[in-house]
Amino acid sequence: MEQGTFRAYSAGFIGSLLLTLAAYFTVVGSHGPKLGIDLAVAAFAVVQAALVLYFYLDLGKESKPHWNITVFLFMVLVTVLIVAGSIWIMYHLNYNLMPKHS
Amino acid sequence: MKESEHFPDPHHDVSANTVFGFWVYLMTDCILFATLFAAYAVLKDGTFGGPSAKEILILRDALWMTLVLAASAFTCGIASLQIAQNNVKKLAFWYGATFLLGFIFIGMVGDDFDRLIELGNGWQANAFLTSYFTLMGTHALHIAFGLLFMIVFVAQAIRWGFTPMVVRRLHCLKIFWFFSYLIWIFMFTIVYLIGAT
Amino acid sequence: MQESLLFGRLTLNAFKRDAIETSVGVSILIGGIAIIALLTYYKKWKWLWSDWLTSLDHKKIGVMYLIVSALMLFKGVVDALMMRAQQVLSVGDSFGYLSSPHYQQLFTAHGTTMIFFVAMGLVFALINFIIPLQIGARDVAFPFLNSLSFWLFAAGSILIIVSLNIGNFSGAGWVAYPPLSGIEYSPGVGIDYWIWSVQISGAGTLLSGVNFLVTILKMRCPGMTLMRMPLFVWTTLVTLVLIIFAFPILTATTGMLTLDRLFGTHFFTSDFGGNPMMYVNLIWAWGHPEVYILVLPAFGIFSEIVPVFSEKRIFGYVSMVWAIVVIAFLSFIVWLHHFFTMGAGANVNAFFGFMTMIIAVPTGVKIFNWLFTMLRGKIHFTSPMLWFMGFVIIFTIGGMDGVLMAVAPVDFQVHNSLFLIAHFHSVIIGGVVFGLFAGFTYWWPKIFGYKLNDKLGEYAAFCWIFGFLLAFIPLYILGLMGATRRLDHYDPATGWFPFFAIALAGALIIFLGIGLQLYQVFTSFKNRKELLDTTGDPWNGRTLEWSTASPPPFYNFAVIPEVHERDPFWSMKHKKKQGRPHYHPIHMPKNSAVGIFIGVFSFLFGFGAIWHILWLAAVSGVGIVACVIARLFNRDTDFHVSVEKIQRIEGR
Repeated sequence: MEQGTFRAYSAGFIGSLLLTLAAYFTVVGSHGPKLGIDLAVAAFAVVQAALVLYFYLDLGKESKPHWNITVFLFMVLVTVLIVAGSIWIMYHLNYNLMPKHS
Repeated sequence: MKESEHFPDPHHDVSANTVFGFWVYLMTDCILFATLFAAYAVLKDGTFGGPSAKEILILRDALWMTLVLAASAFTCGIASLQIAQNNVKKLAFWYGATFLLGFIFIGMVGDDFDRLIELGNGWQANAFLTSYFTLMGTHALHIAFGLLFMIVFVAQAIRWGFTPMVVRRLHCLKIFWFFSYLIWIFMFTIVYLIGAT
Repeated sequence: MQESLLFGRLTLNAFKRDAIETSVGVSILIGGIAIIALLTYYKKWKWLWSDWLTSLDHKKIGVMYLIVSALMLFKGVVDALMMRAQQVLSVGDSFGYLSSPHYQQLFTAHGTTMIFFVAMGLVFALINFIIPLQIGARDVAFPFLNSLSFWLFAAGSILIIVSLNIGNFSGAGWVAYPPLSGIEYSPGVGIDYWIWSVQISGAGTLLSGVNFLVTILKMRCPGMTLMRMPLFVWTTLVTLVLIIFAFPILTATTGMLTLDRLFGTHFFTSDFGGNPMMYVNLIWAWGHPEVYILVLPAFGIFSEIVPVFSEKRIFGYVSMVWAIVVIAFLSFIVWLHHFFTMGAGANVNAFFGFMTMIIAVPTGVKIFNWLFTMLRGKIHFTSPMLWFMGFVIIFTIGGMDGVLMAVAPVDFQVHNSLFLIAHFHSVIIGGVVFGLFAGFTYWWPKIFGYKLNDKLGEYAAFCWIFGFLLAFIPLYILGLMGATRRLDHYDPATGWFPFFAIALAGALIIFLGIGLQLYQVFTSFKNRKELLDTTGDPWNGRTLEWSTASPPPFYNFAVIPEVHERDPFWSMKHKKKQGRPHYHPIHMPKNSAVGIFIGVFSFLFGFGAIWHILWLAAVSGVGIVACVIARLFNRDTDFHVSVEKIQRIEGR
């Protein structure tokens, strides 16, 4: 089993705090177009997730063969397929079939 | 790379197998949440004329929830460092802190639910609220189970010390707790920062 | 509906069923009493408990899966015959012998039983028995979890059986689309029986998926790299990946349906912002990988059988592996082809149609590879090979009309017609069922120590192949003539009657085939002394399971084998014997009853949730958690087998 270190956990924690606050204040403080803010916030989330995966969950530190990462990446792939696929499909179904509200 | 060189003993590395198996289970949990997220994405505009996410979700509350959970992940990490120091007392202390923070988190979720229900925005009101309550509730349920097993495994550490069995269970608990925070990052971002603005 | 605190919505009315259901219930009761009487008379309770029910031995668990699945197969076949009979009798002024609600429950139960409790059960029976042996391991990664998975499967099966006589089963089809499956249109218990039997057994499946994935990735014997694994192990590995990533979708989706039904939420309602189409989308995002979960192990079985009975190694091992992986990946991006007609539009339909057609390519690669394996081989026409040849014909027909339906405009004509029904029965029966029959015949001597009578197996295969074609080719024609699925009555002016009559004849020939298989099992058991497998290698096999005794000792291998190439046993037996084997004490898990207890609590939890018996659900839920925690506090969970004992068992 991989063991963390105090440095790793501290780095992860501080990173989480900073990125969380950054995302929050980007949303609360900005007045720009929503799409831009959403993308920035999503980016913050992905970076924070990467931080947690690396500093807390030790992803990438397993000895070969890296089954942890393989299974994780496949999970990400399936998640993207299901979520994006569902949104795409449902958008079209809703457009074609659901009543239009005023 | 000759795989046979890296090949582990097929029977004796119980800890590695258990931890990997638990990791795979966590991947399945991620798919479960992905499905709930997909449902949320599709249903979040289904307010049936009722108030939208922007109107009834409070970003500041969610920020506090995030900070509390982030802190609990940190204290959980510190707790796990006590294994190498062979210090059961400190482990119990830091897991106690983690438990407290987790408990506060659940309390905050409960308060949020109460507030919404009092305003007439319970999960039966419309599809948006249904998916919101379910997503948040499922996550909170995971945290609750984490708290339960925290008690069980810390009790086992106190009773039996850091045997290989106790160590691998604490490791599983730790990554479960970290994963719960990881999922929350996406919940905070998608439901609150993006969905409620 | 009136609900009491003690019994929820369960009343005496729930026990009042029609003549057919009552007679089935009485038969089950008599059968159960007979079994209890026999066990008591022969004083076999302790043996049953210690040797079988509480065993964590993957081989025993595999046999238990086989028994439960075989019983459920019987039920599923009876469902089918009843439907065929109804459709022959219910024409014009006659309405047959089944009411519409009963007919709806039949087709729902038939589908649910066959997919979840027969196909999945039989697949897991073989995976349980064979995988550790083929990878040179002594057990699975998590033997306790394995037992738990089986008992969850059993609990789900029992819920379905109970639904026959207490209340009724769902009539909403095996995938239970809302709004019909929502609380407003199906306020009774039927859908809830469906939900909980699927959820509970689904949890077992998911745990098995994790268990066997870790087993295959981490517990292969030294030298067995991924590219030296038998193809059955490869297909199982990929199947497990599909299970791990698809089943949580089922859990979440049926969970959301449960919330709608129990708490009045609005995921899939047709008002208050809900979206029933989302259910259809999500359930098939699970449902399509599910059918590949069923068929890939069958492909793996054929990859074992064809080389052995052609005395030639598999043609194109590497391309077979790639084909399996590609099929698995593609199976995640085709799911919309189950609802082309729901109305997502041309662009969406085109993408998914295209992806669906592509899946035929790697599948075709596999079929050609099997045929090339047979080319210039020395063919043994045993019954497994007959099942294989039936598969090639029938599965290919089913696959080809699947590609046809992948063209969305074509699908618009035949969606939900009997053409569709014929398609999926062709691929499921031709693929999954024939594969399982072949696999069980092939591995029967390893599991039970004696071969099955092959002549009877051949007769059964002929009945199934011929009976299938007679039962389902008329259905293809009926579908093209406009007959939809799930019809319990039609007009003679349609001209459909003769085809339904032929289909019934085909179904009866299949039933004859099943009778022959039952007879085969009983006579083979009776004559087992003449059919004994004394060498452990009755077919001149190529893989590691054939290096053990038949049946293997409980620890599988006294010495973990070391492997240097594919088909390791083939070269092992042609090499000189190494000196005396050196034994070490073997570490094995002890039995455990906790799996049974959790299974019982799960059944009671489901029953309580179905009938709104709150206290029962609450107590059972707590019971499950308590069992888990109790197991976690048990440190006396394994033991060592001494070298002396191993020597005694190995006979040296």
